Amino acid sequence: MAKLSGLGGRLYSGETSFNIVENRKRWYSFSAVFIIASIFALGFQGLHLGIEFKGGASFTVNKASATIQEAREAVEAVGLPGEIIVQKIGDSKVRVQTGAVDAAQSRAVETALTQKFNVTEESIDTQLVGPSWGKEITKKAVYGLIAFLLVIMLFLAMVFEPKMAAAAILAVVHDVFITVGIYALIGFDVTPATIIGFLTILGYSLYDTVVVFDKVRENTKSVVANSKVTYSQAANLAVNQTIVRSLNTSIIALIPVGSILFVGAGLLGAGTLKDLSLALFIGLAVGTYSSLFIAPPFLAQLREREPAMQALAKRVAARGNTSEANTGAATKISRRTQAKRKGRK
Amino acid sequence: MSTPQTPVKTPVKTSGRPLRALAMLAVILVGLLGTALIQGADSVRLGLDLRGGTSVTLVPRASTEAGKVTSEAIDQAVAIIRQRVDSVGVAESEVTAQGSGTNRQIVISVPGESGRRVVDLVGQTAELRFRQVLAESSALAGIGGGEATPAAGVSGDINARFAALDCTNPANLQGTGADSPSETIVACARSGASKYILGPAEVLGQQVSKATAGIDQQGASAWFVSLTFDGDGTRAFGAQTARVTSLPSPQNQVAIVLDGLVVSAPSIREAIPSGEAQITGSFSQVEAQDLANVLKYGSLPLAFDRGEVQQVSPTLGADQLEAGLLAGALGMGLVLIFSVAYYRGLGIAIVGSLAIAAAMLYLLFLVLGKSIGFTLTLAGIAGSIVAIGVTADSFIVYFERVRDELREGKTLRTAVETGWSRARRTIVVADIVSLIAAFLLYFFAVGGVRGFAFTLGLTTIIDLLIVFLFTKPIVTVLARWKFFASGHPLSGLSPKSVGMKEKNAKIAQTESSLEA
Repeated sequence: MAKLSGLGGRLYSGETSFNIVENRKRWYSFSAVFIIASIFALGFQGLHLGIEFKGGASFTVNKASATIQEAREAVEAVGLPGEIIVQKIGDSKVRVQTGAVDAAQSRAVETALTQKFNVTEESIDTQLVGPSWGKEITKKAVYGLIAFLLVIMLFLAMVFEPKMAAAAILAVVHDVFITVGIYALIGFDVTPATIIGFLTILGYSLYDTVVVFDKVRENTKSVVANSKVTYSQAANLAVNQTIVRSLNTSIIALIPVGSILFVGAGLLGAGTLKDLSLALFIGLAVGTYSSLFIAPPFLAQLREREPAMQALAKRVAARGNTSEANTGAATKISRRTQAKRKGRK
Repeated sequence: MSTPQTPVKTPVKTSGRPLRALAMLAVILVGLLGTALIQGADSVRLGLDLRGGTSVTLVPRASTEAGKVTSEAIDQAVAIIRQRVDSVGVAESEVTAQGSGTNRQIVISVPGESGRRVVDLVGQTAELRFRQVLAESSALAGIGGGEATPAAGVSGDINARFAALDCTNPANLQGTGADSPSETIVACARSGASKYILGPAEVLGQQVSKATAGIDQQGASAWFVSLTFDGDGTRAFGAQTARVTSLPSPQNQVAIVLDGLVVSAPSIREAIPSGEAQITGSFSQVEAQDLANVLKYGSLPLAFDRGEVQQVSPTLGADQLEAGLLAGALGMGLVLIFSVAYYRGLGIAIVGSLAIAAAMLYLLFLVLGKSIGFTLTLAGIAGSIVAIGVTADSFIVYFERVRDELREGKTLRTAVETGWSRARRTIVVADIVSLIAAFLLYFFAVGGVRGFAFTLGLTTIIDLLIVFLFTKPIVTVLARWKFFASGHPLSGLSPKSVGMKEKNAKIAQTESSLEA
């Protein structure tokens, strides 16, 4: 960890520098590959939706000695249409999932299970989901997503600048796409808890991006006046200066999420905790990547199109700043801001 | 949501008064504790998924039959369902409408094991109708149709459906409430023992003014429900009974149809002009009382689909609670270990901040449980665990800023203040983003998602409070200690751990002069 700290220092001074903003094509193509893969996965495989979205029923028997075979026999005897999925959950539970059933059918399944395993009706955990319910919650999630993106965009445009808001939103959309793609590709179950996870990722990914952009803003405040470095170079220094911070915040965010995942998957086997934390875990990792490698380069690209920034780039080029001199320039800027701050005091 | 503004506006002032901020925090904590004690809140209210129980989400169904889905109709339905649920008398049952306008769901939560009965009860639209029986036969499809004498004046289509109807199939005994009052229908008996062709409804449930459950003392102690009709109902029922009484069996029977199923179909021996009727059938006491309640409180103005029914056994509830707490403890522990390993001495500030955040959250759970009926669900627990990360993020943003300042050669006491003035903005902006996320999640979501959003929002506010009133002041205080100010290797602020070169480091000089 001391090494990471030391690296933080070198990154801060510009002594060590990754050309993250300049190599944007590399990150873009990397993400593009993932996004195209996601689209294919979504198109061909689709998402593995839980019963909450398709409609259906789930019955969980809490009995250590219950076997999959017995549960299947009992439920098949009821004669429900459609497929029946029987799973062992943890050590002491068996879960039966069926297609959409009505109240009477669900009662029949419960009765069959209580008789088979000699347990009380109350010890069976039941979840019934109507066929239209999934549409309802999907609709809500989509509305929520749109409202969220709009409100955040407005907020960030107010606090930062409109182009930062656009870049931040792009990063978020990128995160959602890739996370959903991973779900389609691997075939993880998508449940309402997963959706909560997805929506939370949005907040997190933005949190990370906000931290990076705050530094970008600080570093680029007076680039035009100073004419020493281009906007991209100043932004790149900001990304380098915040790498350690972003890694740390991501690690510390992933630790509790990892704990939920571990406990949820290990102890409970399935359910809210596992679904939620899995989505968060994947999304956080993608979010950290995008706030460093997608959002700042995109922002720099947007800003470099402005005439003032293009003129700046020309002036910097005229001074003979080649890309090899990048690190030197970066160091200079940090010293200069330091000097300026002192002067202001 | 208004963000807590900096209690003290400029960094210079903050540095002078860290104790004031700490005192303010102490007042808040003591205030919460006091409120909890006065309220007598001694435990957090747990959601059904943590202690067992049943929850049902009903979605209004748009159908011309049941009337238009309007906001008023939903309010009315909530009120009726609440009365029905209350009539069962399970403590802490809840009926709420979630969402906005006509796009609302009704969520019913009943703790404990009486959930099943309540679920059955509330779902009934309770469309009560009195129809003349046109034909009756045994329950099976196919053969049964042959036995019945198809009634004159009934279309072939109805006869065919009647023949095909199999009342031994549980699917046909669900009760839909979707029978059109003006049409001739086929229906099963609730018991599944026979099936009927029924004429249009002549008396409706709305025309019932009073309903009570009673027991027939002389007979076989059978429970029944007595009905009293209003003026229109009395006239209609009188006319119907007068007309059918002279007809041959089975046309002299009037079927009492509840939600599309025939509860009973007594033969009418004479006209009944008194406006009173009894529904008999093989009712148990509970069934008779439930039916009377349903009829008394009126039929629902809307038909509902069961969006989701969730029944959680107390065993699973306990398991989930345990798992949630374990995950929380594990997450907290690991975050603390990471913080201390990385930030060394400064880790103390993180440990303290998280501990106070946890205490504040617990107290808020207690107080909100009493005051606004907040219940902690599994998703809520997950939200608070995730929040450990959000809270710790703020500290990292701040500490890394302080280290940045140190790298620029500032003394610790200066770095703590200038770092704060820069980190503060980042933290506030980032937390506002979290709050917006939480608020919108809460607004747009139903059920478990709301619990998650609520705790996420709550913990974000706590994070802001803690960072302003505890973390920053405590770091200011720590910065005055020689241990930190001199950049002791274990303080987490030594030139080496910050990654600073000796030559431009003031602290390094201080350290060497101390050693000299």
